[in-house]
Amino acid sequence: MKQNLTRLFRATTLAVSLGAIAMTAAAAEITGAGASFPAPVYGKWADSYQKATGNKVNYQSIGSGGGIKQITAKTVDFGASDMPLKAEVLDKDGLAQFPTVIGGVVPVVNIQGVAPGQMKLTGPVLADIYLGKIAKWNDKAIADLNPGLNLPNVDIAVVRRADGSGTTFIFTNYLSKVSADWKSKVSEGTAVQWPTGMGGKGNEGVSAFLQRIPNSIGYVEYAYAKQNKLAHAVLKNAAGNFVAPDDASFKAAAASADWNKSAFGEILTNQPGKDAWPITGATFILMHKLQDKPAQGAEVLKFFEWAYKNGTKTAEELEYVALPDSLVKQIHAAWANLKDNTGKSIYTAR
Amino acid sequence: MKSSIEKGRSGDLLFLNLTRAFAAIVLILLAGIVISLVWAAWPSIKAFGFGFLASAEWNPPAERFGALVPMYGTLMTSIIALVIAVPISFGIAIFLTELSPVWLRRPLGIAIELLAGIPSIVYGIWGLLVFAPIFGQYVQPWIAKTIGQIPIFGSLFTGPMLGIGVLAAGIILAIMIIPFIASVMRDVFELTPAMLKESCYGLGGTTWEVVWNVVLPYTRVGVIGGIMLGLGRALGETMAVTFVIGNASIFANFSLFQPGNSITSALANEFAEATPGLYTSALVELGLLLFMITLIVLSLSRLLLHSLDKNSGNK
Amino acid sequence: MNLVARRKFTNLFALTLSLLAMAFGLFWLIWILWMVFEQGLGALSLRLFTEMTPPPGVAGGLLNAIVGSVILVGLAMLMATPLAIMAGIYLAEYGQRTWLGRSTRFVNDILLSAPSIVIGLFVYAVIVAQTGKFSGISGAIALALLVIPVVVRTTEDMLSLVPNSLREAAFALGAPKWKVITMVTLRSAKAGVVTGILLALARISGETAPLLFTALSNQFWSVDLSAPMANLPVTIFKFAMSPFKDWQELAWAGVFLITLGVLLLNIIARVAFRPHGQR
Repeated sequence: MKQNLTRLFRATTLAVSLGAIAMTAAAAEITGAGASFPAPVYGKWADSYQKATGNKVNYQSIGSGGGIKQITAKTVDFGASDMPLKAEVLDKDGLAQFPTVIGGVVPVVNIQGVAPGQMKLTGPVLADIYLGKIAKWNDKAIADLNPGLNLPNVDIAVVRRADGSGTTFIFTNYLSKVSADWKSKVSEGTAVQWPTGMGGKGNEGVSAFLQRIPNSIGYVEYAYAKQNKLAHAVLKNAAGNFVAPDDASFKAAAASADWNKSAFGEILTNQPGKDAWPITGATFILMHKLQDKPAQGAEVLKFFEWAYKNGTKTAEELEYVALPDSLVKQIHAAWANLKDNTGKSIYTAR
Repeated sequence: MKSSIEKGRSGDLLFLNLTRAFAAIVLILLAGIVISLVWAAWPSIKAFGFGFLASAEWNPPAERFGALVPMYGTLMTSIIALVIAVPISFGIAIFLTELSPVWLRRPLGIAIELLAGIPSIVYGIWGLLVFAPIFGQYVQPWIAKTIGQIPIFGSLFTGPMLGIGVLAAGIILAIMIIPFIASVMRDVFELTPAMLKESCYGLGGTTWEVVWNVVLPYTRVGVIGGIMLGLGRALGETMAVTFVIGNASIFANFSLFQPGNSITSALANEFAEATPGLYTSALVELGLLLFMITLIVLSLSRLLLHSLDKNSGNK
Repeated sequence: MNLVARRKFTNLFALTLSLLAMAFGLFWLIWILWMVFEQGLGALSLRLFTEMTPPPGVAGGLLNAIVGSVILVGLAMLMATPLAIMAGIYLAEYGQRTWLGRSTRFVNDILLSAPSIVIGLFVYAVIVAQTGKFSGISGAIALALLVIPVVVRTTEDMLSLVPNSLREAAFALGAPKWKVITMVTLRSAKAGVVTGILLALARISGETAPLLFTALSNQFWSVDLSAPMANLPVTIFKFAMSPFKDWQELAWAGVFLITLGVLLLNIIARVAFRPHGQR
């Protein structure tokens, strides 16, 4: 009896699932995957886009590396990565990239009596903390920068990311630029061999450690620091000014970048602008230059065109910085290079 | 019209071949998984050879990898988990089969099995946000003051009291595997023929003596099987361990209070981001090492069962 | 202390310890469930079941994730359970000494400890990479691969514990072997086999890693098995790790739902497969 029931269940489910496979959606459905950093804003854009046009853009955050892997394997219609690919890699895999939004990575501390924005740090000092060379909070290097603060004579509890992440890439990229020692010992990447510190999983894990462990330092995305009201530090930028992380300083970093140089693959850390936040980064979309499914590719471009035009307010509400208009125009022009297999461009400028 | 005996015989043949076919399918599927993993790990095996097992380096940008730290973390957390979970599960199984009033058995049994239904991320988040602070503030200092004072062995229980680390991960794993071991133990205990138990009672045995001398030996295959299930879960658990183990790729010392890394948390943290090539291959090789560890533990338990069987006169 | 008193004491001691062990287990359960309930209370409303997963800052529910999970888990159990039970029967009744039996048992036990992420990657390489898209069916297959080793192991163990006298009695009555197995042996081991199935079910209901590379997830409603399918564990993972309070509350409500679902299934299965007669 049980066997018969089981057989019946199996048959029914098989029939239902075959029927479901047979049904195809009428509206366009595109799939994208990649960096978790822009996931909230892509998700919100997708929701509004669906209400406006009926087309579904399903974006899932599986990490920047995952995004690169999946678009190379052509299992998604577009990939997303916080780490821009180098021109040689783009050429080899036949990919094109363009940025969508900009955000910042913020060092955060948890010391009794230190309020948000009070701790002053420089790039080299930050690198030395993460290298383990500066071990105590009242070390001369930190004390010199913060004469007004009462720094305790305790070990610094260093917190960093356990999982591979674009946030780590931006952070280590910055440290590599400001510290030759860091560059030779650790270098940059989405995952590195950290000389010291404990790893939290995701921004959530890092901020959990930061909040529980006294005298700790870590780095998180700006949205995280703002939403959880963490005590961020101010950094000395390349121009020599101490700047606080906010929309204005991220925009300043983006403004001084030359986007034409490297197929949009600009890394915005340590930019020369006088108000620029030194640990800024853009996040990128990856697509194939030669489109196997030109209809899908065209839908992807339509979505981002809509987002550039209508999504600025949404992005800013979620603590991202939208791209300057001049850059958006350049991106539109570059889209003409995405072609189907007859050589026709899949994007028509409007 | 076949006679019922003939029908029975052809039914027998059909059934035998049916089950045989399914077993073969299972074998092919599972063997296929192992083979494809070996294939994916091959570049790393070729590059590092046996040195992979001894190297404590895990440097993705420089493409130098070694499995020592993750292996230590995996082994230690699983051992801690088993040391805690097996006696507790044994106690729970005894309670459910011997002590508990009959009407309470089903609800309590379901309650224990519910522990298995809690998603592993929840164990991770709960472990990080709720368990770790209390563990670090109250329990770890207490452990350091008591067990930590024992010479040599105590050095395992000293160090930073962060609430996270190898010990914390081991304890959370123990909670996760209790339902597996306890439920299986309970079920096999209930399968013990009443006649066997009653003959021991008839000789004047106490409840404990019946359990220890009759039920446990009779059900040892199932008990070991249940422990294997729990061990499998402990070795392969990803999310919960990742949140609380601290993910440090550097090996500081043997202390269990230190943050560490496990094979599964290394995989979970880094696989999505890993660049194709040596990095991905090294991660897959880590996964294969996990299988090796399971193999060794399994063979040891088989040997154990075999020697127990010989002593009992079964073989 | 004479022998009798000592034995009595040992007995009392051991049984007290077992009571404490039970309390220990329940303690953790209550503590964890309390946190889940506390965190998710804010999001527990009818909306959970009527609206889709929202972007941050917008009110929503978990409908697509719930339906997706039910489909994926249900399909996985339907695929894996009959296969695993039959294989377990073979191992226990026919295959103790055969080559096939020994190899299957061996490989099965190795895979018992397979990290779920490894299984997910295998299915990714075999199905997703070959077909060029993430799909619900690949997710179900990944989950099924997690169920198989558990159910094979418990089925085989439970069946081998059924005393031979039962089998011999049935044979003596003239029953063919297959009837002996299905109507006598399997029936008496019923409770244990069901335990194995329930444990496997409980486990895959909460598994994130294997679905991440196979079914991915979906922000929108979809029951298309050949496309990414929303599911609770991945959604919970994404929402719980975000900085947005409304997403976090939804995540905890989702956890609550999973636990509740597993509990209900447990109760139903126990009642339905209750052994006849005593107890």
